[in-house]
Amino acid sequence: MNRRAGLFKSGQCRGLTAEDNWCRVVSLMVSKATINYSMVVESRPSAIVGVCEQILSKLEANGFDKDDIFAVHLALEEAFLNAVKHGNKMDPTKEIKIDYSVGLDKIEISMTDEGEGFEPEAVADPRFGESLYKPGGRGLLLINSYMDVVKFTERGNGLYMVRYKEKPPLAKRGD
Amino acid sequence: MAEIKPRISVEYAEKATIISFTDEKILEESDIKALQDSIMSVVEQTERIKLILDFGNVQFLSSAVLGLLIRLSKRIYEHDGQLKLCNITPKIFEIFKITRLTKTFDIYKDVESAVEDLS
Repeated sequence: MNRRAGLFKSGQCRGLTAEDNWCRVVSLMVSKATINYSMVVESRPSAIVGVCEQILSKLEANGFDKDDIFAVHLALEEAFLNAVKHGNKMDPTKEIKIDYSVGLDKIEISMTDEGEGFEPEAVADPRFGESLYKPGGRGLLLINSYMDVVKFTERGNGLYMVRYKEKPPLAKRGD
Repeated sequence: MAEIKPRISVEYAEKATIISFTDEKILEESDIKALQDSIMSVVEQTERIKLILDFGNVQFLSSAVLGLLIRLSKRIYEHDGQLKLCNITPKIFEIFKITRLTKTFDIYKDVESAVEDLS
């Protein structure tokens, strides 16, 4: 007998299988647990401290493990510094918009600066040649390495990144 | 053991100078700049310095710290010195691996191993 059917037998709707009910319950849980946040932050490096405290505490509250928290923290630091230095050219009068949502299975973060943008493909790989000996240029590599999805807007002044929880969510576990 | 503010402690041992980072997180630009100034002032005291950096307390760092290490490394090797890193936690070591800086820096398990390998 399907274990899930046994667990939800009492809550089954007429005409729906136990599997359907299981999926309905999980999607309801995920949608209720996903909360969206939005903020606009001053374009100075130290402004990331408060942002990180807020986001990382929500990750912890949502059961993300230490590896996920480390990864997101690093990506946030690198992305924000890039936005301040390269995007907004260290202009403290400019702003950076950060939107994020933390769900049971992932965190999504969007970060947008007021700069002209850039071409991610044009950034030299810091792992090879002369770039290996340069003090800078590693932020993008680290963001790509620690986040599961990384995309830029066409203009290049907006970054979208996702980190999935290391462990698979409840809905995807086998029986 | 001499302590220099901010954020490092310095030990002048027989075979090497050992600098330990005292902060768990090395992040903010101003902090990293201050750290660089502190370390450079120690480096400039000794011609051909044999410097060991102990990361034992460090739980988190950003790529700006890697930049600091590269600048430091250039300064030391230009003056015929040696630089070795040690006591790096697995999570931080992963950052060095991803950026291929494990090829650039001499990294050791602990201070003793680093000292042993000094020429």
